[in-house]
Amino acid sequence: MIELIDIHKSFKKNKVLNGLNLKIDSGLITVIIGRSGGGKSVLLKHIIGLLKPDRGRVLIDDTDITRLNDRDLNTIRKKFGMLFQEAALFDSMTVKENVAFPLREHAKMSEVEISRVVAEKLKSVGLTGIEDKMPSELSGGMRKRVGLARAIALQPEIVLFDEPTTGLDPVMTEAINQLIVDTQKNLNATCVVISHDLESIFKISHKIAMLYDGDIIEYGTPDEIRASKNPVIEQFLSGSIEGPIKII
Amino acid sequence: MNRAAVAIDQLGRTVLEYVEEMGKIALLFLSVLRWMFQPPLKSHLIFKQMEFVGNKSIFVVVLTGAFTGMVMALQGYYGFKMFSAESMVGSVVALGMTRELGPVLTSLMVTARAGSAMAAELGTMRVTEQIDALSVMAANPVKHLIVPRVIAGVLMLPLLTVVSDFMGILGGYFVGVHLLHINSGIFVKNITTIVDLDDLYNGLVKAAVFGLILSLIGCYKGFNTRGGAEGVGKATTEAVVLSSITILISDYFLTAIMF
Ligand SMILES: Nc1ncnc2c1ncn2[C@@H]1O[C@H](COP(=O)(O)OP(=O)(O)OP(=O)(O)O)[C@@H](O)[C@H]1O
Ligand SMILES: [Mg+2]
Repeated sequence: MIELIDIHKSFKKNKVLNGLNLKIDSGLITVIIGRSGGGKSVLLKHIIGLLKPDRGRVLIDDTDITRLNDRDLNTIRKKFGMLFQEAALFDSMTVKENVAFPLREHAKMSEVEISRVVAEKLKSVGLTGIEDKMPSELSGGMRKRVGLARAIALQPEIVLFDEPTTGLDPVMTEAINQLIVDTQKNLNATCVVISHDLESIFKISHKIAMLYDGDIIEYGTPDEIRASKNPVIEQFLSGSIEGPIKII
Repeated sequence: MNRAAVAIDQLGRTVLEYVEEMGKIALLFLSVLRWMFQPPLKSHLIFKQMEFVGNKSIFVVVLTGAFTGMVMALQGYYGFKMFSAESMVGSVVALGMTRELGPVLTSLMVTARAGSAMAAELGTMRVTEQIDALSVMAANPVKHLIVPRVIAGVLMLPLLTVVSDFMGILGGYFVGVHLLHINSGIFVKNITTIVDLDDLYNGLVKAAVFGLILSLIGCYKGFNTRGGAEGVGKATTEAVVLSSITILISDYFLTAIMF
């Protein structure tokens, strides 16, 4: 269970999260939606302790990670896998070394096993035979998928996906959606996904949370969200220019 | 009056900023020490950095060392000729190189080559979230990125300095003996009687300290980069300037302590 309690976060004068509260259930796929620049990535980084809130608490299985020292935080982080919005691959390492990185760090595996797991994870994101390429030789979508393979390499309990399907073609999008669903099912993992792709969101999510104005303004099942009478949600789902969400 | 006050104010601020920055770098140093002795040692990362700092700097170090020795011989010759003491040229070159110019010039060259690259590399990793990715995978960035670079800096700078010292003396010998026709036996004998092994050792201690300074500052600037490509450029420039200044300042104090 992930619990965010009264989270405030500002960057200089820019208030991004404003007393945000959210409970994310274990073993489900929760999708966070919200406008671009609204603070979704910032929210995700709070869950894994990359950003510390100015005020508030982040509980992972009842442990407040905002108060932990480095060592205890690392223990908790071993439960996590994370895909960054821009993939954040190590550009001095090959694709194989990237995916193998968490394995080498935390799993006692032989070289043979590592190669096997890397190939298997890459295959699951639709990539084969690119182990020896450098990240700079890949397309944006390929980089994202390598990042995905790296995020799930250690079979984490909690996986955070920052826009896993943005920039992928429709077929690949569907494949990645399926991968997220499978990951959740096979590992009984908790998945937190940020996405702008409404079709995918309603297909894969168990719960949807809408971030607006620094807080979660609506949280529920896809059906509940679809039926919501909140004008912000209605406007967001219909993609209309008219409504409470101002373009500028 | 007013303008003078502004200038003094500005100077005070700059000094304060410098001191504050040194404090933060000292803290980073403590954290490097802590992680350095925390197994496992990432030896492959250390060797990679040693190769980068050492091997790839040899050419510039050979060149600067040789020409520095040569020009010292030339200048020394004109000076000593006034007292007909041309034979002293060899010992002046050797003393100057081992105590001072070898370590300082080598460090400045390596700062420009490797210190700047450290800042640029870590800076790019910071702005593309690669450092965050390390943290997320429960891999400590200080241990993975900074410890190997600092170890490489401290170990390789003395070695490069030996090369520089040697090339400087060789260059001085070439100019003194072959171009200015100082007797070769006297040239060498003067070196061996006047220059102590201690001169060499102390120079190497300096070099190790400078290696620490340039790698630590390069990493610090890169690690704390903010804001895109522009930020990386800024971090790189600042790393070179701050390292060079700090090397020259600490050179004075090291000299005062050791000699
Ligand atoms: N490290 C940072 N330093 C300063 N400001 C930041 C930082 N990270 C995010 N911000 C600011 O926080 C706000 C939210 O950014 P965030 O990346 O969370 O948006 P987002 O919801 O993920 O948007 P998108 O859907 O476009 O990815 C933005 O205004 C951004 O400028
Ligand atoms: Mg984002």
